[in-house]
Amino acid sequence: MGIVNDVLDDGIGGLSHNVITGKLEDLINWSRSRSSWPASFGLACCAIEMMATGGAHYDISRFGMEVFRASPRQADIMIVAGRVSQKMAPVLRQVYDQMMEPKWVISMGVCASSGGMFNNYAIVQGVDQIVPIDVYAPGCPPTPETLIHAIETLHGLIETNQILKRRNETGAGANVHVEYIEPGSQPTPVLLGAKK
Amino acid sequence: MSDTTTSTDDTAVSYYRRSVAGTDEGDQQLRPRSELTAKELMREVGAVLRMSEAEAAKLGDLPDDPDEDQTMIINMGPQHPSTHGVLRLMLELQGETVLRCKPIIGYLHTGMEKTGEQLTYAQGGTNVTRMDYLSPIANELAFAMATEKLLGIDGDIPERAVWIRMLMAEMSRMASHLLFMATNGMDLGAVSMMIYGWREREEVLRFFQEVTGLRMNHNYVRPGGVAADLPAGWRDGVLRILDLLPERLDEYDTLMTGQPIWRERLQGVGVITPGEALALGATGPILRSTGVEWDLRRDQPYMHYDQLEFDVIVGSYGDAFDRYAIRLNEIRESMRIVRQILDRMPSGDYRIQDKKVTPPPRARIDESMEALIHHFKIFTEGFKVPEGEAYASVEGPRGELGCYIVSDGSANPYRMHMREPSFVNIQCLPHMMRGGLVADAVAVISSVDPVLGGVDR
Amino acid sequence: MSGAGTTRDPVRHVPRAEYLTTVKELADEGYAMCIDLTAVDYLELPNRRLPDDAEPAQRFEVVVNLLDLRNRRRLRLRVQVPEDDPTLPTLFDVHPGTEAMEREVFDMFGIEFTDHPDLTRILMPEDWVGHPLRKDDEVGRIPVQFKGAHA
Repeated sequence: MGIVNDVLDDGIGGLSHNVITGKLEDLINWSRSRSSWPASFGLACCAIEMMATGGAHYDISRFGMEVFRASPRQADIMIVAGRVSQKMAPVLRQVYDQMMEPKWVISMGVCASSGGMFNNYAIVQGVDQIVPIDVYAPGCPPTPETLIHAIETLHGLIETNQILKRRNETGAGANVHVEYIEPGSQPTPVLLGAKK
Repeated sequence: MSDTTTSTDDTAVSYYRRSVAGTDEGDQQLRPRSELTAKELMREVGAVLRMSEAEAAKLGDLPDDPDEDQTMIINMGPQHPSTHGVLRLMLELQGETVLRCKPIIGYLHTGMEKTGEQLTYAQGGTNVTRMDYLSPIANELAFAMATEKLLGIDGDIPERAVWIRMLMAEMSRMASHLLFMATNGMDLGAVSMMIYGWREREEVLRFFQEVTGLRMNHNYVRPGGVAADLPAGWRDGVLRILDLLPERLDEYDTLMTGQPIWRERLQGVGVITPGEALALGATGPILRSTGVEWDLRRDQPYMHYDQLEFDVIVGSYGDAFDRYAIRLNEIRESMRIVRQILDRMPSGDYRIQDKKVTPPPRARIDESMEALIHHFKIFTEGFKVPEGEAYASVEGPRGELGCYIVSDGSANPYRMHMREPSFVNIQCLPHMMRGGLVADAVAVISSVDPVLGGVDR
Repeated sequence: MSGAGTTRDPVRHVPRAEYLTTVKELADEGYAMCIDLTAVDYLELPNRRLPDDAEPAQRFEVVVNLLDLRNRRRLRLRVQVPEDDPTLPTLFDVHPGTEAMEREVFDMFGIEFTDHPDLTRILMPEDWVGHPLRKDDEVGRIPVQFKGAHA
C-alpha cells in the first residue's frame, strides 16, 4: 500500500525510489523539456522578438517549441511577452488557470518582470503578482539569444523536476534570473541538454 | 425653380447653356458637407455594435435557447492568435455572417502620455518609441520634430542628420511592411510567409543593430538630430539589403499575388469607400487603397522628401487585396528612396551644435568643465523648451503619425499626445466586416494592420 | 502663446458656443478630415496667455486638428471648456471618426460630449474611478524595491 499511497500523493515523483519507475520519471521529464509548447501570450514589443525567435534565424523549433498553441489547454509554457495592463491582468490569470498541469511561466522582458520603465497607474508592476514565475528574462526587449537562454534554463529545470516539487510546497515559481545577452551578428550557439 | 432662358440660337453650346445652367436638382442637389450626418456619411447600416462590455457580459447569463435566425454575440480576443496583439472584438453573428462588431481596446494601455509628462524631452524618445513598436523610428521622428518646432530649431538641423533620419525612417517602414507580409500571410493560411517575412526583417534589424545598437525601440532619433553617426561600412550593410530584397519580393509575388486562393480570400473583402475612409479619419494604406492619393511625404513634405523621387501607390477597390499590394509596392518604393539617399548622403554633423540641446561629445567631458556641466544638466535636469504648443506629423507605415506637445517652459512636456494612426484606423473595422464571414474578419483585421501599442498607448 | 515654431501652425481659438457651427463651416470650406481630437488639462497653468479675441482661459482645452486634403492645409482649433461644466457638443455627425477620440478624451479627462452615440471608457476598465490624465490624478508610481533578495 506504500506504493499506492505514493502515487496518490506525489504522482510520478513519488515512485522515484523504485529503479524502473525512476528511469520512467527521467524519461518523462526528458520528454517534457524537449517538447514544451508555448501558449501564445504576446502582448507588446516583446512579442515581436518572440516571433523573431520563432523565425528561421533563431529557430526555437530546434528546441521543440515552434508550435505556439492558441488554446491554453494544449500549452505547457506561458511566455508573458510584454507589458501587462490593469485591464489585461484578469485575462492573464484566466489563461494561466486554463492551462493544464504541468505548466511553467517565463516572464519575458522588463515590463513583465517588474513593470519595466512604466511605473504608473496602468501597468501591473511585475507579472509575479499574478502568476508564479519560473524564469525572468531581462531586456527591453530581450534579444532572441536572451530568450533562448531563458528557455534553455527552464528546460534544464524541467528535467530535474525541481520546479513542480517546489511549487507544490510553496506555491511559488522557481524565480531564476538569467543574464541579458547582447545582440550579436550571428546567433549564439546553444548546447542541447545542458543543465544550467 | 428652373430658370430656362429661351433663345433663338440653336447651336450646341447655347443648348447646353439653356438646359444645364441655372437648373436646380431639387431634392437630389448635392448638399454642403456640413449638412451630412454620420448616418449618411457612413451609409449607416448599423455596422458598429454600441453595447457596453457589462451588458454584453450579462448576455451570457441568459438561458441558452438559440433560434435559427437569432443573432449571437461572441467574443474574439484579447488572447487570440490572429488579433495582432490584444485587440478584442465583440462580433454579432448570424450564422457565419458578421452583422455588427465593436472593437474593444485598452488591454495594452500603458499610460505613456502620463509618463511622457514625467520624463524630459531627451528621455521622451524612449517612451514614445514603444508605442508603434513595429516601426519605432517613426514615433521618435514625430516626437523629435514636434520638440524641434517648439525649440525653434527645426530649420537648423544639419543636413546629414536629416538624411540619416530619412534613411532610418524608410528602413523602418520596410521592416514594418515585411512584418505585415509575414503576419498577413500567416493569418490567411500561407504559414510559410511567416518564415520568409521574418527572414527579410532580420536583415533590416541587423542593420539597425549596427547603427543604433538595438534591434527594436532604438531611441535613435532625438531632438536636435540623431544619437550617433552612421558607423563605418554602413553603405555595405544597406547595399546588401538592397541587393537581397528585390528577388525575395518577387518570390512573394509568385507565392501570393498571383495565386487564385490568395486573390479569392482578399479581393472584395473588407471594402471601404473613399467617403467612409475620409469620414472616419483613416490614413495611410487604408486611405490610399480607396483611391485617395494622400501621402504626407509628397503632399506636406517634411525633412527633404521633396528632393526625392518616389511614387505614391494607390489602389482602386478599397479592399484587402489593394492594401496588401500597396504595402508590397511601398517596400519597393522605400528601396528606391534608400538608393537615392545612398547616393546623396552628405557629410557633416549628425546633430545640431546647439550646446543647450545637444550633449557634448564624450571626449570633451574630460577636457572642459563647461562640457561636463552641460552633459550633467542635459541628462539629469533636461533642456528647457520655450512655452508653446506644436503639432508635427510624419507618414508612418500605418498612416499619419503625429505628436502634439504643449510646453510650459520647463524641462518636461506639459502634455504630450501622439496621434496614432492605428487608433483611428480601428474604427474602420466594423464597416469593413459587415456582411462578411468570420474568416474574412481575420483577413480584414490583418489588412488594417493595427499595432495595439499605438492604439492603447 | 509664444514659441518659435508655433507661429507657423495655423491655430484658431473658437468660443464654446460656436464650436459645432465652426467645424461645420470648415467642413464646407474643405476641411474634410478630422485628424485628431484631444484635450489638455491646464490646472497647473491657470495664468497662461491667450490671444485677446479668445475666450478667457478655462481649466480644460479641447484641441481639434483638421485637414484639408485638396488645398493641403491644416487648422488647429482650441476650445476652452470650464471645469464646472465639462461638456461639449460631439463632432460625431460631422466627422464620424471622432467617435473613438472623444471616448478617449472622456476616459482620460472626464469631458462629456453631448449626443455622442456611445460615451463609455475606452482605454481604462469600465469600472475605473478617476480620469488618469487630469493633473490632480496621481501617476501611480510605486516605490521601487529591489527584489534581489530571495525569500
